[in-house]
Amino acid sequence: MINSLFLINPSGEMFLEKHWKSVVSRSVCDYFLEAKEKALEPEDVPPVIHTPHHYLISIYRDKLFFLSVIQTEVPPLFVIEFLHRVAEMIQDYFGECSETVVKDHMVMVYELLEEMLDNGFPLATESNVLKEMIRPPTILRSVVNTLTGTSNVGDTLLTGQLSTIPWRRAGVRYTNNEAYFDVVEEIDAILDQSGTTVFAEIQGVVEACVKLSGMPDLTLSFMNPRLLDDVSFHPCVRYKLWESERVLSFIPPDGNFTLMTYHVNAQNLVAIPVYVKQSISFFECGSDGRLDVTVGPKQTMGKTVEGVMVTVHLPKTILSINLTATQGSYTYDNGTKLLVWDIGKLNPQKLPNLRGSLSLQAGAPKPEENPSLNIDLKIQQLAISGLKVNRLDMFGEKYKPFKGVKYITKAGKFQVRT
Amino acid sequence: GGFFLFDGQQSQKRSNCEPMIARGKNASDLFPAVVKNVACKNIEVKKLVYVYLVRYAEEQQDLALLSISTFQRGLKDPNQLIRASALRVLSSIRVTIIVPIMMLAIKEAASDMSPYVRKTAAHAIPKLYSLDPEQKDCLIEVIEKLLADKTTLVAGSVVMAFEEVCPERIDLIHKNYRKLCNLLIDVEEWGQVVIINMLTRYARTQFLNPNMNEDKEEKEKKKTEATAIVKRKPYVMDPDHRLLLRNTKPLLQSRNAAVVMAVAQLYFHLAPKAEVGVIAKALVRLMRSHSEVQYVVLQNVATMSIKRRGMFEPYLKSFYIRSTDPTQIKVLKLEVLTNLANETNISTILREFQTYIKSNDKDFVAATIQAIGRCATNIGEVRDTCLNGLVQLLSNRDELVVAESVVVIKKLLQMQPEQHSDIIKHMAKLTDNIQVPMARASILWLIGEYCEHVPKIAPDVLRKMAKTFTNEEDIVKLQIINLAAKLYLTNSKQTKLLTQYVLNLAKYDQNYDIRDRARFIRQLIVPTDKSGALSKYAKKLFLALKPAPVLESPFKDRDHFQLGSLSHLLNAKAGGYQVLPDWPEAAPDPSVRNVEVKESVRAVETVTARDRGPLGAPQNPRGARGALLYSGEDVKKSEKKSKPRIGSSESESEEDNDSESESSESEEEESEEESEEETKKKKKVGNERLENTPCLAVHAVFTQPPPLPVSVPQTIIPSGNLKTYELLHRITGEGLSVEYCFSRQPFSPDPHMVAVKIQFTNSATSEAKSLHVEDAKLQSGMRIKEFPEIEVLPAGETVSVVMGIDFCDSTQAANFQLCTHTRKFFVSIQPPVGELMMPIFMTENEFKKEQGQLMGMNEITEKLTLEEKCQGEHAVVQRVTTAANLSRVPCGSDKECRFAGKTVTSGSLVLVSVVTKEDGAAQLTVNCEKMVIGTMLVKDILQALTQ
Repeated sequence: MINSLFLINPSGEMFLEKHWKSVVSRSVCDYFLEAKEKALEPEDVPPVIHTPHHYLISIYRDKLFFLSVIQTEVPPLFVIEFLHRVAEMIQDYFGECSETVVKDHMVMVYELLEEMLDNGFPLATESNVLKEMIRPPTILRSVVNTLTGTSNVGDTLLTGQLSTIPWRRAGVRYTNNEAYFDVVEEIDAILDQSGTTVFAEIQGVVEACVKLSGMPDLTLSFMNPRLLDDVSFHPCVRYKLWESERVLSFIPPDGNFTLMTYHVNAQNLVAIPVYVKQSISFFECGSDGRLDVTVGPKQTMGKTVEGVMVTVHLPKTILSINLTATQGSYTYDNGTKLLVWDIGKLNPQKLPNLRGSLSLQAGAPKPEENPSLNIDLKIQQLAISGLKVNRLDMFGEKYKPFKGVKYITKAGKFQVRT
Repeated sequence: GGFFLFDGQQSQKRSNCEPMIARGKNASDLFPAVVKNVACKNIEVKKLVYVYLVRYAEEQQDLALLSISTFQRGLKDPNQLIRASALRVLSSIRVTIIVPIMMLAIKEAASDMSPYVRKTAAHAIPKLYSLDPEQKDCLIEVIEKLLADKTTLVAGSVVMAFEEVCPERIDLIHKNYRKLCNLLIDVEEWGQVVIINMLTRYARTQFLNPNMNEDKEEKEKKKTEATAIVKRKPYVMDPDHRLLLRNTKPLLQSRNAAVVMAVAQLYFHLAPKAEVGVIAKALVRLMRSHSEVQYVVLQNVATMSIKRRGMFEPYLKSFYIRSTDPTQIKVLKLEVLTNLANETNISTILREFQTYIKSNDKDFVAATIQAIGRCATNIGEVRDTCLNGLVQLLSNRDELVVAESVVVIKKLLQMQPEQHSDIIKHMAKLTDNIQVPMARASILWLIGEYCEHVPKIAPDVLRKMAKTFTNEEDIVKLQIINLAAKLYLTNSKQTKLLTQYVLNLAKYDQNYDIRDRARFIRQLIVPTDKSGALSKYAKKLFLALKPAPVLESPFKDRDHFQLGSLSHLLNAKAGGYQVLPDWPEAAPDPSVRNVEVKESVRAVETVTARDRGPLGAPQNPRGARGALLYSGEDVKKSEKKSKPRIGSSESESEEDNDSESESSESEEEESEEESEEETKKKKKVGNERLENTPCLAVHAVFTQPPPLPVSVPQTIIPSGNLKTYELLHRITGEGLSVEYCFSRQPFSPDPHMVAVKIQFTNSATSEAKSLHVEDAKLQSGMRIKEFPEIEVLPAGETVSVVMGIDFCDSTQAANFQLCTHTRKFFVSIQPPVGELMMPIFMTENEFKKEQGQLMGMNEITEKLTLEEKCQGEHAVVQRVTTAANLSRVPCGSDKECRFAGKTVTSGSLVLVSVVTKEDGAAQLTVNCEKMVIGTMLVKDILQALTQ
């Protein structure tokens, strides 16, 4: 299975390596670095690279490459999924996943990796189990540790791995028992020039933050579960009960976790909250062009659309731009040709507009394709699919927990072709 | 004697060397200093030393050996976690000398009480195998043993070991197949992937192709109808095949992409055509994930979509391309879209392609043009539309786009050149502008091939080419020679000189391929006296009608690799890849998977992983309900199923009979009654567990029911038949083995204690001295009366002593240390509930009176069916009294047996009655003030009576 792991920063420096079997020389990474040089963007590096003696499987995440070395047949997704878990674990422990953070907590990351794999096969990947073994750092603890010389390694023997519900640590105690659920929906859509929907779907996720004492057994039901086309669950959810009764019944892990993800496919159900009127044109003669974009609310279910942002990758031949925005502000990076227009809240009475002229490099031909617009937006207190949580019940514990559900809609991969 | 580092130094060492390892620096100089710390008490230091040790042991073997004894000690620690981690580190030290030690440790751990230690043993197997492959045979034995393990914790790890050590030993799976299917949903994610992949291979060797009739039909369309009808045999799916499909399906909902992919490939390779569709939705969902996941999934979807196009058609739009997708994703999506194109959706797809052609990403545009070409060849209706579209692209400003279009147009024109001479003319003009060699070569080939359609232009093109010949790329040069030859053959008058000129140029070219080609062609086309017989046929050779190229997907036939595998992704066999076998012609014997189910084992199995959890609290009405949700239900069902099978094969071992009965078993067979019974059982399990006893303890109680030999004559207290339990194994005890039994005699120093008879056997070569009990760690209220110290136990001798334990009427274990003059062993004694009571004498009337007072909550009644061997008063009495320390109460009716006793500590009454009816039906009633004792007792007696 997984032989070694290298963490590589964008400039190609290997700043952490870990081997679970025999040591593999780091020169093996040269094949990867070669492929990285060839690729225009870091995302273009092939995830699987074949070298004479090894296979390299890598992911690019949070501006870091996680590169694993494989010697024999193994499902590539197995490795990819594991590498993402490593990244998530670092994020979970230290708040972010970056080169500095890993370098600052080198020993701890190393210890975590040691526990996550044994001989290249995943051993403990549940964050609840890991946290019982190796406690995440807090400022207070690090002060105490330096003063008293104690460490972050749990000194009690953990029992989590032995438990039949490995995702939950034992002996959880809170003075305030609370359970919060965030229903987050993202609209993935492609609109064509005329504003017609080419493709649209909703990707939803229920994020939970559960801080309940003991061993609570929760049941979450929806008002309209039939809406959901396709679902995937955290391992704690009982599949059978979902299939028969469409309720989520589970013993939650302690802390933050993703309870389920779902998918609403039916296109007519997908409301598109904004419309975009745009015209980008380049004149055949003369090196000039015009840009005119207006954004307005469409199907918003009476809520305000916030955090609206339009991102455009302008053609490489653009020399400079001169635009004015009636609302919000725009930034333009001439190096990457990235235009970002941060609008903010949408006001139906006064639609925001961005217009002005684009000048091309002298002698450059008229660009073939007009750049497409990527839209970002946010609507609070609304799940655009209409999904609603009906109720949350708790069994198995006596106290009364504080419960809360929050809805939010965002734009996912929302693209307007021009 | 060595020296010890000061604490400060010690921690400095650790904090120094670890980052060094992590950064890949060599820290091996520190080895001796670090190894000394291996026995350190501080857990963090210990852990770091382990990391260091494993990393450098291979290079510094001698020094690494110094640490081995520490781990050997750890292997015998009473704490399962310490045993496990000792084994984990020991097996990671890659030093050949310790192979025998490792082997021993693995064997021992494989039969450890703790499933976690057994899991670690499974992990250690591949490590040892890679260190010394000669241990294979021994390791297979261990694998076989661990495969039989019934806990979810072990299942994934042992299958992983199986795949690494002996994937060819498919016969080891037979007996464990059903169990693996049933446990699957409770196994951790990573184990699920490994098990599913292995089971896919297994199923391919054991079951019949569910699509065999359809596949055959396709083949037989060519043959006559009559034979088709004769050959077609109704296909009946093996129930085990169905079991696998049914139990893996819910895992499509897993959050882990690897699990979803594993199930998807299982369905693709094993399911009937009509059922494969379910995986499409899940795979499309994965496309939303990280781009690497998307990349792998799309590769697999591309392969699947060739064979089962209909499956992904409803999700066509999910494969639409965004300008922000990375190029490699775009190209793969394009591949899928092309595979999905058919008459009905082609117009939508082409419209989508038109958008893509305008993209700034030129590699992607080139791929789109190729895709259009493929659509055009596959779907006749749109060929002209596509061709026109491509011709328009010829005037594109980007040369790459034009070049790619030329190449594709060339392929399309080959299909119907007559109608398109204007396109050929148009392309001929392009030679002036296009510089991309492949495109130039394509145009030249096209003109040469269809020179009769463009008789005027062709010689002119050759003239221009002759002028630039020396500056062209090699492939273009070859095509110029080719064009010259063809023109010479059709129109020698105009082109003779030009051809000579070109051939002369080629004769002195730097590239020998071109020189060779020139020489060959000159001999072939220019008639001389020496020219052989071939030149007569030159025209036929050059101007033969060439078949149009078939534009095929690069993913065609890639499904001979198991989908989802690395080999499939690379389209090349990776090391260690196990070939996915073809379906067998005839199914192998299905009875190999039958398992003898022992009653005692079943009792344990019903309490599978998640049933237990925290749901079992008796006051919780959901306990029972919740318990049904995970795999527990299925385990029961399948066992019920397999049971009659055993019966039938025992009575008449006719294979045919057996398989027929299997196929006739429909899925809906599980009757209402059964499920009711199950629920009841589950409830009991729930009630029994008042507190969160660790699963191990439950195991110990259930797996060791008192044996019940039938031959023993009936006595009130069957003292000759006392079940002995092991307290200390010979190996753990270093030669000292200790057993105990509940003697059922009153313990005279304290009547509230249970007498436990302990028997020491010294099988070591030296004598053991001063055996005594120390440091009892007891639950509150429990008391212990130690036995007098045994001063000397000579080698080979055995001695028995009696000690008293007050268990406080609970089945909690009494833990204490057993000490010799050299060592201390942690041991625990756990009483079966039946041993917590002592018999009392009662008359029939007293019994009835007492029973009348213990009604309601204090009474538990169960219906049961007595086994044949157990019908009859004697047998019942004997079994009940073996299970519990009770005495018989006289009774007028011979249909009823009554027993009475009281708990040892509190003296609460325990009344048991068994009423037998016709045909072995019976009813068991237990009345006891202590409900916990009552419920547990019912369970034990039931087990004793039904076994």
